[in-house]
Amino acid sequence: MEKKTVHLVMIGHIDHGKSTLIGRLLLNTNSLPDGRLDEIKKISRENNKATELSFLVDQLKEERLQNRTIETTQINFKTERRNYVLIDVPGHAEFIKNMLTGASMADAAVLIIDAHQGIKEQTRRHAYLIKLLGIQKVMVVLNKMDLTHYKKERFETLKAELLEFFKKLGLTFSFIIPVSAKEDQNITCRSKRMRWYKGPAFLQALDRIKTVRETRKKPLRFCIQDVFRVNKENLAMGKVLSGNIRTGQDVTVMPSGKRTRVSFIKVFNRSKKSAQAGENIGIKLHDPSAIARGQIITGANNQLLPVYNFKASVFWICRKTLRLNKPFFLRFAAQEVKCTAERIEKRINSVTLKALKGSTGKLMKNEAAIVVFRTRGPLVIENFSFIEELGRFVIEHKNSLCGVGIVNDPKLKYNTRITKIFRK
Amino acid sequence: MYNQNVNHLDELENKTIFLVREAYARFRNIALLWSMGKDSTALLWIARKAFFGKIPFPVIHIDTGYKFREIYDFRNTYSKKWGIDVIISKNSTALKNKFSSKDGKFNCCNALKTEALKITLKKYGFRALLLAIRRDEHGIRAKERYFSPRDIHFNWNYQDQPAELWDFYKIRAANNEHLRIHPMLHWTELSIWKYIRREKIPTVRLYFSRGEKRYRSIGCQCCCEPVFSSANTINKIIKELETTKDAERNGRAQDKENAYNMQRLRSLGYM
Repeated sequence: MEKKTVHLVMIGHIDHGKSTLIGRLLLNTNSLPDGRLDEIKKISRENNKATELSFLVDQLKEERLQNRTIETTQINFKTERRNYVLIDVPGHAEFIKNMLTGASMADAAVLIIDAHQGIKEQTRRHAYLIKLLGIQKVMVVLNKMDLTHYKKERFETLKAELLEFFKKLGLTFSFIIPVSAKEDQNITCRSKRMRWYKGPAFLQALDRIKTVRETRKKPLRFCIQDVFRVNKENLAMGKVLSGNIRTGQDVTVMPSGKRTRVSFIKVFNRSKKSAQAGENIGIKLHDPSAIARGQIITGANNQLLPVYNFKASVFWICRKTLRLNKPFFLRFAAQEVKCTAERIEKRINSVTLKALKGSTGKLMKNEAAIVVFRTRGPLVIENFSFIEELGRFVIEHKNSLCGVGIVNDPKLKYNTRITKIFRK
Repeated sequence: MYNQNVNHLDELENKTIFLVREAYARFRNIALLWSMGKDSTALLWIARKAFFGKIPFPVIHIDTGYKFREIYDFRNTYSKKWGIDVIISKNSTALKNKFSSKDGKFNCCNALKTEALKITLKKYGFRALLLAIRRDEHGIRAKERYFSPRDIHFNWNYQDQPAELWDFYKIRAANNEHLRIHPMLHWTELSIWKYIRREKIPTVRLYFSRGEKRYRSIGCQCCCEPVFSSANTINKIIKELETTKDAERNGRAQDKENAYNMQRLRSLGYM
């Protein structure tokens, strides 16, 4: 059996030491190829710098010259217990889209804060975005403890501030660990400089984070990605988003509501009796007429009503402003539909988390809000808290991504219940 | 996303199948780049699985004319066996003029690989290309997206890449643009070999030691150096990789000429 792999995004304000901590972890876990450190030392010298551990991930020439991460990257390391994929993201406000790109692939997040400087603009925004993306496992690292002389008082003050901030966000952290990535304190083993700290060192804490998803115990949702012809038969190709699907099972194709049966499930050159969440398969339906990309297959008795309007938390990342009643594109799994914003409520500044006054008829770059959308066509969606892959979406305009959203609409629960009663 | 009970290799494979199908669903006019190396052969294998045995698009081999004999043999054997429609991509003008690595490794890679691909892309009008690069091969490749646009000149605008959240990729190409799609980005050298072992995927002999050396990465004869290794079976290669401290592409000359060679090559459209 393979070791389990956990994707970990490193977030925090610029210069609080994300890339340095990554470099430290790679060094301490012996994950660097021979000669790599010498190469970094050489390039650092050429740039007139002391050895820059951040150069291990900041590989673009521009990143090294400007001394900042521009683009997200991923790098592997392993502990005795399991494999990790570290996702480095830029801390600069200018590159939020790259931060989101990296963070959306993560199972857990490590929030890095300069103990000397405390909570800063990107600390708040990144924490907010992690919450928005639905990442619930968060670990806090107070870095650069050396600059505060490893003082317990500083740790306690910051911890209190963070608890309050996280409470406001509706987020919790599993650990809060004082470290110095540069001085190698509290990374692999407990630091002798901070005997007052009784918790685990960073790597010990990391191995304790559990990331389990219960997508298989949920009802069946299968998304048709494409229709492909094999041996004169149309197969619906796609991914089981949740639950499981069986040969012979009665199913409903949404949004049309057509009922049919699974004739067989095909994988490579053989048939399969059943498939579960996460598997990419092909299925032959008893009645394969009118199947198309974007449709969602559910169990026969678990039918949802398609919606034409819904409420979601939205974060806006592009320069083009979201305005009421102006057309945009929504993408949900493989569904694509034209939409407009019908209402924009509770617009907030993603840094201060304070409500923005003034016009609520628009949403601008780096702002968040609750938006009520109206769509041109039917959509099959769920609350993110129930089935993630049908509860998250992106908003596009002219082929470029403008915003991201998470569905949180109490009406949807009600919807399912009504359908069940109606079906009886 | 991580899910308990699912085998790690299944997870990697499923993600790749999803990406290959997504690419084909959006761009019917697509091709896969096959160098006969282990990574692109693994990608080819997964593409066969994704489409139930028969890949519905052509496969491009960029032939610099300097490849190992074993690579050509492998291509001929398995393209026939797997029913693959192979397009041979060559920069005939450069080859006629006896262009080679003696003209500079950077210039050679650029002329015989990137330029050759430009000629082929123009001839067939492909809108998207599937490539088997991996993040752990090189720091510059680690900065890639799964779906990455290239302009008409093949330039990679690495300073302003499109956002790529969850499973939402850039699925439309503007006029004159093509998309580089990287369905193996999340694999590692070790996971590739474990997958090759599990699936019993054929591989070029050069990867196996015939005494004291073997190739860890293959390409043109002139620019590949074998590494010291006695690993002559897949099991031994896996064992070696689990403990080695040498970088995979140590034997590849084009990565080395100077610190930013790979970035320059790739920004101009190199794979």
